[in-house]
Amino acid sequence: MIAVIDSCGSNITSVLFALQRLGVEATLTSNPDEIQKAERVILPGVGAASTAMEKLKEQDLTQCITSLTQPVLGICVGMQLLFSYSEEGFAELLNIIPGEIKHFTPEKDKTIPHMGWNSVTFRNDHPLVKGLPDNSYFYFVHSYYPHVGSYTIGECNYGDRFSAIVAKDNFMGCQFHPERSSKSGSMILKNFLEMPA
Amino acid sequence: MLTKRIIPCLDVKDGRVVKGVQFRNHRDMGDILEHAQRYAEEGADELVFYDITASSDGRVVDKEWVRKVARVIDIPFCVAGGIRNIEDARKILNDGADKISVNSPALESPGFITQLAHAFGTQCVVVGIDSLHENGHYIVHQYTGDEEKTIKTSRGTMVWAKRVQELGAGEIVLNCMNQDGVKKGYDIEQLQAIRDVITIPVIASGGAGKEEHFSDVFVRTGVDGALAASVFHTRQIHIADLKEYLRVRNIQVRL
Repeated sequence: MIAVIDSCGSNITSVLFALQRLGVEATLTSNPDEIQKAERVILPGVGAASTAMEKLKEQDLTQCITSLTQPVLGICVGMQLLFSYSEEGFAELLNIIPGEIKHFTPEKDKTIPHMGWNSVTFRNDHPLVKGLPDNSYFYFVHSYYPHVGSYTIGECNYGDRFSAIVAKDNFMGCQFHPERSSKSGSMILKNFLEMPA
Repeated sequence: MLTKRIIPCLDVKDGRVVKGVQFRNHRDMGDILEHAQRYAEEGADELVFYDITASSDGRVVDKEWVRKVARVIDIPFCVAGGIRNIEDARKILNDGADKISVNSPALESPGFITQLAHAFGTQCVVVGIDSLHENGHYIVHQYTGDEEKTIKTSRGTMVWAKRVQELGAGEIVLNCMNQDGVKKGYDIEQLQAIRDVITIPVIASGGAGKEEHFSDVFVRTGVDGALAASVFHTRQIHIADLKEYLRVRNIQVRL
């Protein structure tokens, strides 16, 4: 069973539809037992990291998520939640991956949010990016970005360099929206579904 | 590098794709799902679904269609038409839209933009502005989906654009009404003017007739995307060809 955590993501339906296109019927749930038992877990998210974190606390899910041992994929704000701290709302996050989430540096001719298709360069051949050519395009929509560190798998540049894909043990995340990133996005989801649990 | 976006727009009325000229005389352009699927496959960077009479009829965009389209496409999906409260917006996002675009309801109650941004995040909130150039001034118009109900507001376009940004909009689609459907090119001057006053992404809308118009708008203004409808619906311009045309002119596009 694939569990999609029913937290604060307004992109949840898009994620469910993308999984359906890959032939997978996922279960939308905020039940800790069900999440723990799932073969794989997806944590979607849109909006502010602080709001998303509050929501997880209200649902008593923070402990449950950090203790998961099966493959977990965070998407957009769901990925940011894996980090330690966000400037957005000054929020303490799940602290699975060390590092912080910062606001893009305003510059002339740089529109914020970073909205649209940008290319990602891969740092290693992690199973999540299997079969994807370097500089593949993905769809991003965000104003805050995760820093680049030793857990970075894919890197993107928008004036500030940032982590587009991260992985640490069984936890993975992408800042872009694989559910809306055409063929390259569905490749990421497919890789996630097929990697050994 | 962040690419320029090519955005086909499905103007929908009574469950069919339609297209008018300068927001009038709408004619049938075909099936919603066929168009949506074709655009996703041809390399469109985003799809806009706009129920054009929802606002002027005082109803919300047809949700059944939102679900059907969201299910088949794998590119970002923005939905517009008569969204006037948080609940409407939530339902449409739950039906699979990624962004919602508001126009007339934002003019009725500007605070609505802020409410949406708080509830769903700035990145989710697009504000459409219908702007008409009259005697040297750019003026915002309202209820443009139905020509008999269209009214001219007292708002200047640039002032309103700055205001919607302050209120929490994540993107603006500027519909240049003088250019709409006449295929003479985008309103470069007006788009440059709006680009200069705001920092959120701007999408150009109204006037695309040939490939050159797209390269013009990207080279001469700083817009992030260009929206068009009839040139794509009629297959006068094929999106994959258009992107190749832009690429050889050194405009960054996703191929």
